[in-house]
Amino acid sequence: MFENKAAILKFIFGRLTLDAFPIHEPILVGTFIVVATGGALVLGALTYFRLWGYLWREWFTSIDHKRIGIMYMVLGVIMLLRGFADAAMMRAQQALAFNGSQGFLPAHHYDQVFTAHGVIMIFFVAMPMIVGLINIVVPLQIGARDVSFPFLNNFSFWMTAAGAIIVMISLFVGVFARTGWLAYPPLSEYAYSPDVGVDYYIWGLQVAGLGTLLSGVNFICTIVKLRAPGMTIMKMPIFTWTALCTNILIVAAFPVLTAVLALLTLDRYVGTDFFTNDFGGNPMMYVNLIWIWGHPEVYILILPAFGVFSEVTSTFCGKRLFGYTSMVYATVVITILSYLVWLHHFFTMGSGASVNSFFGITTMIISIPTGAKMFNWLFTMYRGRIRFELPMMWTVAFMVTFVIGGMTGVLLAVPPADFELHNSLFLIAHFHNVIIGGVLFGMFAGINYWFPKAFGFRLDPFWGKLSFWFWVVGFYFAFMPLYVLGLMGVTRRLRVFDIPSLHIWFIIAAFGALLIAAGIGCFLVQIGVSVLKRNELRDVTGDPWNGRTLEWSTSSPPPAYNFAFTPIVYSTDAWWDMKERGYHRPLTGFKPIAMPKNTPTGIILGTLCIAFSFGMIWYIWWLAAASFIAALAVGIAHTFNYSREYDLSADDIGRTEGERTHLLTAQA
Amino acid sequence: MTSLAEANDALAATPDAGARNAVAALQSAAQAPFYVLDEHPHPAGYSTMLGFWIYIMSDCLLFSVLFAAYGVLGGNYAAGPAPKDLFDLNLVALNTTMLLLSSITYGFAMLAMQSNNVSRTQMWLAVTAFFGLCFIGIELHEFTDMIREGATPQRSAFLSSFFTLVGTHGLHVTTGLVWMVTLMVQVGQRGLIEANRRRLFCLSMFWHFLDVVWIGVFTFVYLMGMLR
Repeated sequence: MFENKAAILKFIFGRLTLDAFPIHEPILVGTFIVVATGGALVLGALTYFRLWGYLWREWFTSIDHKRIGIMYMVLGVIMLLRGFADAAMMRAQQALAFNGSQGFLPAHHYDQVFTAHGVIMIFFVAMPMIVGLINIVVPLQIGARDVSFPFLNNFSFWMTAAGAIIVMISLFVGVFARTGWLAYPPLSEYAYSPDVGVDYYIWGLQVAGLGTLLSGVNFICTIVKLRAPGMTIMKMPIFTWTALCTNILIVAAFPVLTAVLALLTLDRYVGTDFFTNDFGGNPMMYVNLIWIWGHPEVYILILPAFGVFSEVTSTFCGKRLFGYTSMVYATVVITILSYLVWLHHFFTMGSGASVNSFFGITTMIISIPTGAKMFNWLFTMYRGRIRFELPMMWTVAFMVTFVIGGMTGVLLAVPPADFELHNSLFLIAHFHNVIIGGVLFGMFAGINYWFPKAFGFRLDPFWGKLSFWFWVVGFYFAFMPLYVLGLMGVTRRLRVFDIPSLHIWFIIAAFGALLIAAGIGCFLVQIGVSVLKRNELRDVTGDPWNGRTLEWSTSSPPPAYNFAFTPIVYSTDAWWDMKERGYHRPLTGFKPIAMPKNTPTGIILGTLCIAFSFGMIWYIWWLAAASFIAALAVGIAHTFNYSREYDLSADDIGRTEGERTHLLTAQA
Repeated sequence: MTSLAEANDALAATPDAGARNAVAALQSAAQAPFYVLDEHPHPAGYSTMLGFWIYIMSDCLLFSVLFAAYGVLGGNYAAGPAPKDLFDLNLVALNTTMLLLSSITYGFAMLAMQSNNVSRTQMWLAVTAFFGLCFIGIELHEFTDMIREGATPQRSAFLSSFFTLVGTHGLHVTTGLVWMVTLMVQVGQRGLIEANRRRLFCLSMFWHFLDVVWIGVFTFVYLMGMLR
């Protein structure tokens, strides 16, 4: 009888038992209470204010690229809080674990924290923010009404969100991977990591990766096929160019991630021997393959940030971008070179001097087009009328910070030097230097720059400046000490230290993390304050910064159809050109516009993917099978829906445009 | 050039700044309109072919990783069976014939589609699906034989990479079959409307792509495996 009951329980719950809930870990219980209370408050408020229907109709099922972009940004900001909480715990642990103290994090917890920090920051903070900005801006910049595949866009978002949710579930049900953010085998093999941690990692990334890949296909098509008439490829705004290159990189890199994770999955679930130590497996093949994805991924993140800085510099200096053509070529060269450098992540593997030299040299060559970009921005500023608004401040901070990070990168590209610095905190300092100083500063520049376009009011500059200074100063306090520690030989991912003379540097780094926490806090306050003061900060012109590209030619927030009439482009700075030539908004003669219909398929498929992954992670085979079949059925059923568009009537467009005319004249 | 020069002369001759701007705006608008007045929206599915091509290229990359894995691990028998002990080239030749025939019959389905013949399109799709099913059946038969002999995916890295590469291709063919049945139903329901033609084109690309991948598998895995 008892055995029978155990078998039934095992069938229903797989390997999920009560032990999987970390009730004996005070930190996690505390986190859970905070998250649960916060979540209950949010859900309660949504119910109380009857916002569920609104959210469902206007956001969750929306196929409007601007709304999807905003949802990506919200996801990125929420996950930033989680990723930063992990970072703060690491800094606190390392600052405390001296003089015989073990700190406050046990080893198995600390290892999860550094893994989760890396995974979340790259996949669920940086990627959603990049894709979110591209979503909001690119169709507007190229004068398009929407993306090529609007439903696919919604689906991509929900896959990314589903991946994030899968990773978040691991916080309270079971454990996360303890392998480091790339889960190198043989450590990530079943033999050494038999618990659910690596499985959470695998399924979270597979689901999110699929979403990213599809969004890459979508944006390549959008940029290639839907540009406004006259916008030849060398008249595209630079941000669109970088978005194009990034999406090409996504399509050319993410299948490799999908494949290599699938092979690891087979090793763990089926018992194959791809990356095992015995039966002919080859763990280094995993390291090669994952970096063939991983290095382009770095450029997937940084290229759009370069695009943001280009737009911001030329707008806030009141000049066209210096060296547009060279900027485009630099971007393309970086795109290609990013495929030829992956081995520099493991010079110490022992590939021999010739292979290491090749990859060392290609790595150093990348600094040439990047340097060209830096000079283009500097020459754009030279003799420009620089307005030091927030986006421009972030840009200047980027230029200083990124150059330092780039220099240490070239240092690491020298194989003999790398043999000393490999896996040390010097490396950690280097890549935070370029990812925070490049990608994150770029995202903050982009958020401050395009927020008025997305919402119709500016972000509050006072709290923005506070956030800026806390972030920038905090960054230097947090990461410069790591360079010093790395040169002294401290390796990454260490939990406890024995040498008291190093202690002071960890204290400084922890202080830096505290400043960054203040920076994040001020950013959240900035958004809150801006919402409260939205009438003061309102912009009815749609062009608050005296912008140069087409997104500023329409209203803020733009109507669902973006442009009542498709603009014709004659210049790289199309909107600037239109303003120069005395553009007047057309007030009559509107025509109906075909618009895509909302659909709940994306969110349903996303939910089913979570259920499927949960079933796979916990060996709950019935759940995995049922949700897989359900997802297949929903997907096929969706293809039976042939009426995916509706016509927005000329009257409706006339009414929307009329309201805008009213606002504009009221202001004038 | 002349017209631009004339416009500039006219501008310089106008005394009042406001009027000058207005004249300039009118002139440049006439020469270079700001927006499309007579707009023809992009037809439905305007980007689908390009998008599907790009998707196929990404799928191609996925296969190239599996080919690379086979290239690295294909000789690691771990004292287990080698290709010569396992592969039956006659069976694989038959299998290849099935898949190549299915590509030809899909071509016939597309010809029937061009001549707007619903029932003939469906008939050729059914023939294609039949050949596809034969391919999958023979492949499953080959796999079970190998597993019965103890050549399981767990036996060696060579067998892991073999089963994964060939199996992933088989999984793609299976997906193609599900898609084909779906399309047969949809063509039956709505006929050869524009949307269905587009879908048939996409499946056609997918099906031929799987053929190309199979040529690679046949050459690199089976033929060269026998030489190894």
